Amino acid sequence: MRFSNIMRGRHGRVAGVAAAFAVSAIVLAGCSAPAGDTGASGEANYNIVVMPKSLGNKYFGASDAGAKSAIEGFGGTYSEAGSNEAAPTSQSPFIQTAIQNGAGAIILAANDPQAVCADLESAQAAGIKVVTFDSDTNCRDAFINQATVDGVAQGLVDLAIAKFPTEPAQLAIESGGPNATNLNAWVDAIKSKIAEQAPNIEIVDVVYGNDVDADAYNAAKGVITAHPDLDGIIAPDSVSVKEAAHYLSDTPELQGKIWLTGLGLPSELRDYVKAGVFDQFGLWDVGALGQLAAYTAKALIDGEITGAEGDTFSTPIGDYTVGKGGEIVLGPLFVFDAKNVDDFDF
Amino acid sequence: MTIRQIKGVATAAPRAPRQTVLSWIFQARELSLIVVIVGLITVTTLTQPQYLFSEGGLRDLLRTPTLYIALAVGQAIVMITRNIDLSMGSILGLTAYFCGNLFHEAPFLPIPVVILLTLVFGAVLGSVNGFLVAFLKVPALVITLGTLYAYRGISVLWIGGNFIRPEWVPTEFKQFALANVFGVSNLLIVALIVVLIAGWFMTSRRTGRDLYAIGSNPDAAVLYGLRTKWLTLIPFVISGTLAGLAGVVYVSIYATGDSKVGLGFELQAVAAAVVGGVAVSGGVGRIWGVALGAFFLATLTTALPVLSIPSLWQQAIVGVLIVGAITLDRVFFLIRQNQARKELSA
Repeated sequence: MRFSNIMRGRHGRVAGVAAAFAVSAIVLAGCSAPAGDTGASGEANYNIVVMPKSLGNKYFGASDAGAKSAIEGFGGTYSEAGSNEAAPTSQSPFIQTAIQNGAGAIILAANDPQAVCADLESAQAAGIKVVTFDSDTNCRDAFINQATVDGVAQGLVDLAIAKFPTEPAQLAIESGGPNATNLNAWVDAIKSKIAEQAPNIEIVDVVYGNDVDADAYNAAKGVITAHPDLDGIIAPDSVSVKEAAHYLSDTPELQGKIWLTGLGLPSELRDYVKAGVFDQFGLWDVGALGQLAAYTAKALIDGEITGAEGDTFSTPIGDYTVGKGGEIVLGPLFVFDAKNVDDFDF
Repeated sequence: MTIRQIKGVATAAPRAPRQTVLSWIFQARELSLIVVIVGLITVTTLTQPQYLFSEGGLRDLLRTPTLYIALAVGQAIVMITRNIDLSMGSILGLTAYFCGNLFHEAPFLPIPVVILLTLVFGAVLGSVNGFLVAFLKVPALVITLGTLYAYRGISVLWIGGNFIRPEWVPTEFKQFALANVFGVSNLLIVALIVVLIAGWFMTSRRTGRDLYAIGSNPDAAVLYGLRTKWLTLIPFVISGTLAGLAGVVYVSIYATGDSKVGLGFELQAVAAAVVGGVAVSGGVGRIWGVALGAFFLATLTTALPVLSIPSLWQQAIVGVLIVGAITLDRVFFLIRQNQARKELSA
């Protein structure tokens, strides 16, 4: 499945035989990044390759659009590379291609904290700056944290406590997948904060939607069925919260009985929130996340920052300081509801 | 090639039912599948009565299999001719978006017209496979592996970060998928119609019997004078059409979908066919056995989350079932062989 992205850009040639696909993998992957930008000695190399976890994901579509506008704003060259599938090593060939094409920086949402490190290290050895966002790796110059683990978990836990202030309540967590770095960190933080701040609330189960609509729908249905006394679901994953809302919307007998919140996209949840299937969900400005990643890549290329703690830099969207471990935090969690959800279109 | 072998072609598939141990063993697959399905539903319901006895429970139990049955029946017909269609998941993805997009772009079209156009689109995609396999004489494994990537590539290019929005899909269409006749989901009735037509075609039509013939001995089929090119093409058109039907069903159930819809479903279809008694070596398999295999796999995907079995184990369980089904086939084959030897020597 890793090569599924290869077909980008050659859909006209359906008659192509599969044997040719593997051979043409390298050539075609090469085509996806602009060529001929390796020279230009003396000038800063703003050829920036953005690698989302997977293509065709609305969330990364929005962050990549933000990165694109920022990169083009400062006169750089934007390109996007990735596969349809968020497999641990699926990003590896694109990193190699970026190295061969002489990219100035790679902006990456890592599918696995360790799997692509060998590739990233050879990119860094070739002078390429590596900025990660959404999900971190163990080997990069800077990480754009959309919100701290603490900020996300606290934001969602606050919503849960507001709903269930004192009475005993059973909640379940529906997450994306058991291997996702950021999701796991949030799930753990949600659990520990609930345990500390709301002893009346019990987390009875954690289920996974696998980042697939149908699986997430079944997972929501499964967890509600498996726990007849369940009061609500916290879904810190956009596919999970959408499909949990969808299941509640299909099953009116559960509405009002099962409370729901999570991290999701306004474009996907708008109808459900406005129809009263559930009330509130949180997220950050995804476009701004992509922009900040792009400005950070520029600051690294310019040598304005090195990724060391305490480095500061200015961007058109605000001033930022590099924190501990090369982390740059975008901002606090934003809560969407029926009143404000129409103001956002990502 | 001897006369006896050529005769063997015409009589290979539609065996006359004989009341012997042999025919009992032949029935064993369907019988054991029914027992296993009933057992699975019983155990799950005893664990969580809501699995069966709730508004959403019975509905999803009865409508989820439709998707799998449509795909598995198509896959089975292809496999019976000793071919395979690995592009079904990608066709499902393309046709699902085609259907959703048509609702959005051409709201004036009556729903049956949209469904019909989607089925035709699926048939066209399937016939591309069929033509390449039948006329270029390239193994189906290679051709459909190619179109698996090609069709998915078209999806990613066409859909990008877009997705089917629930509001695009007409309410009547969604209601159809939620509604039932005397407790039997409308979608299951659709599946039953597919199974009845396909079963009748495969057992009672000349063309259907010829498909078994070319699957059990392709060389002999040529010598016998069967139009093998035509007979190779037909199953791919059928599987494409049924993948298109699965696309329509997907939209009616989930009312959403991005460029990743159907990822991996081709192997689920192969799994359902194999579990339902289709031999990868061709010439063997019955449509209602396949339908039971598909119903079983679908029930497994809805039952395991209710039994609180993590989704990672679900894949492993499906894998064990496939290996188990093939092992059983082999054991039964050896028993049959022994039996035949004894009858001969007696």
